[in-house]
Amino acid sequence: MLRLIQLELQKLWLNKVSRALIFVSFILPFTVLVLSSIKINFFGFFTLELGELGIFNFPIIWHITTFFASYFKFFFAIVVVSMIGNEYSNKTLKQNLIDGLSKKEFILSKFYTIVFFSLCATILIGLATFFIGMYYSSYTEASIVVREIEFLLAYFVKLVGFFSLCLFFGMLVKRSAFALAFLVVLYIVEWLVFWGAYKIFGNGDDAFKVKNFMPLESMYKLIDQPIQRIVMTKFPEKTEMAYDYAVHWYEIAIVVGWSALFIFLSYRLLKKRDL
Amino acid sequence: MEPILTINNLTKKFGYLTAVKDLSFTINKGNVYGILGPNGSGKSTTLGIVLNVVNKTSGDFHWFDGNISTHDALKQVGAIIERPNFYPYMTAEQNLKLVCKIKGVDHSKIDEKLEIVGLLDRKHHKFRTYSLGMKQRLAIASALLNDPEILILDEPTNGLDPQGIHQIRQIIKEIAANGTTILLASHLLDEVEKVCTHVVVLRKGEKLYSGRVDEMISSHGFFELKAEKQDELVALLNNHPNFGKVKVDGDLITGFLTEPMSAPEFNKLMFDKGIILSHLVKRKESLEEQFLQLTDELKSNQKTA
Repeated sequence: MLRLIQLELQKLWLNKVSRALIFVSFILPFTVLVLSSIKINFFGFFTLELGELGIFNFPIIWHITTFFASYFKFFFAIVVVSMIGNEYSNKTLKQNLIDGLSKKEFILSKFYTIVFFSLCATILIGLATFFIGMYYSSYTEASIVVREIEFLLAYFVKLVGFFSLCLFFGMLVKRSAFALAFLVVLYIVEWLVFWGAYKIFGNGDDAFKVKNFMPLESMYKLIDQPIQRIVMTKFPEKTEMAYDYAVHWYEIAIVVGWSALFIFLSYRLLKKRDL
Repeated sequence: MEPILTINNLTKKFGYLTAVKDLSFTINKGNVYGILGPNGSGKSTTLGIVLNVVNKTSGDFHWFDGNISTHDALKQVGAIIERPNFYPYMTAEQNLKLVCKIKGVDHSKIDEKLEIVGLLDRKHHKFRTYSLGMKQRLAIASALLNDPEILILDEPTNGLDPQGIHQIRQIIKEIAANGTTILLASHLLDEVEKVCTHVVVLRKGEKLYSGRVDEMISSHGFFELKAEKQDELVALLNNHPNFGKVKVDGDLITGFLTEPMSAPEFNKLMFDKGIILSHLVKRKESLEEQFLQLTDELKSNQKTA
């Protein structure tokens, strides 16, 4: 396993573009997080301190940081599709197999790398969140700090799921740009499914339940948007705004299921293909 | 003899097209094999199948004694297919390190193999800055990294200039001299003739011949003749039991032997019959002529059948 990760890391690390993108996907969310946590003084007119809003309080901070950080996954998604696209366009996939890598090992080396990066991203965000939280949060009792830490797990699963999807699209169309276009197509398809379900069931709630099983939506649903929750904490009397933002086991199960399916399909595709 | 690769009734179909048809042959240790055939005769497809990149339709093959999986066997094989494929943004050394990792070989071999192909001084240059000849030589270095039991080369001199072709052939000969088994696919007959001891001839995915190069045709050679009394000579050849086909091309007459006959013996016979030859050469077919004859034979057989 270590050998396969090393292989893939060498391929990525020596490529300038992917190295830059990896940096961006790690450093950017981190910077944004740190910047937003410091007190910004606008030339003495007023000071903006997001910490004052209470969004850096435990446990809500887990929810907020993982939600916003997950948008930076698109940078690494480009790396994932190009690491497949390049293997095809350089014909190095063929050479790797001739040199004695099995097709299974090839897919596994990509998958392990995805897991490795998702894990690094999760640990980084976890640590950053922890320190910012310890600094700003009004409550730092251990029991409150670790509450809702499952958002980190959701973040990890979400990344692995999304990158597995990218891996599959990369294998399917062999070209990075088309693979990214497929993501947009899938997004539209999911809304079409929603529309179809709406026609059948006649109400939006049931249609959303169907859409929740689709790959992109299921990944999005892992970490619900936290804006409404922030507003809720400001106006606790508005009970009609309450919504279910928790991470549920079945949401994780759906995404894990999709990830497994995408990796398996990628393998099947490669196995059947003549290179 | 120790078998390295055994192929049994291998068939590959691309849709309606049959690229390889019921192919069987064995590669034994220590020989230099050529796979010979015109473009599109199934050479690359056959190599693709045994190298794990093309899926077979039916039949089977196994490496060595058949007890290890194909991808593990490939770690003991060095192969280059068509074009040298490397990561353009990596240097020669980095590319070879990657191959070492795949094959599970120590990095110490890298310099040694770069030396063999004469690229040691360019090892820190990026692959994309290499000329085609250098890329091909790097590919050979990469294939040699694991000190392979067998080296497979698919059209190794394709697209190279004469100097590059010469360099590559020289390297191949040196490797063969060290006792490494080599399998060379080519449509260049003189290349195969110069390098190989055994040959497999393919045409449209079918095996026409497999065996030693010098035994490819059980022929007794042919005479190239010129004489003033041309008609008499042709008539005599046609009636002589030792001769098969007689070809007249301008004033040059070619008579193919069906029985062994030496040049002095033939000359004496001519002299006795009162025909004075102005030109007499006894030759054996070159591989090219044998190859064309072999493919022709098949065509005429098919016509009569």
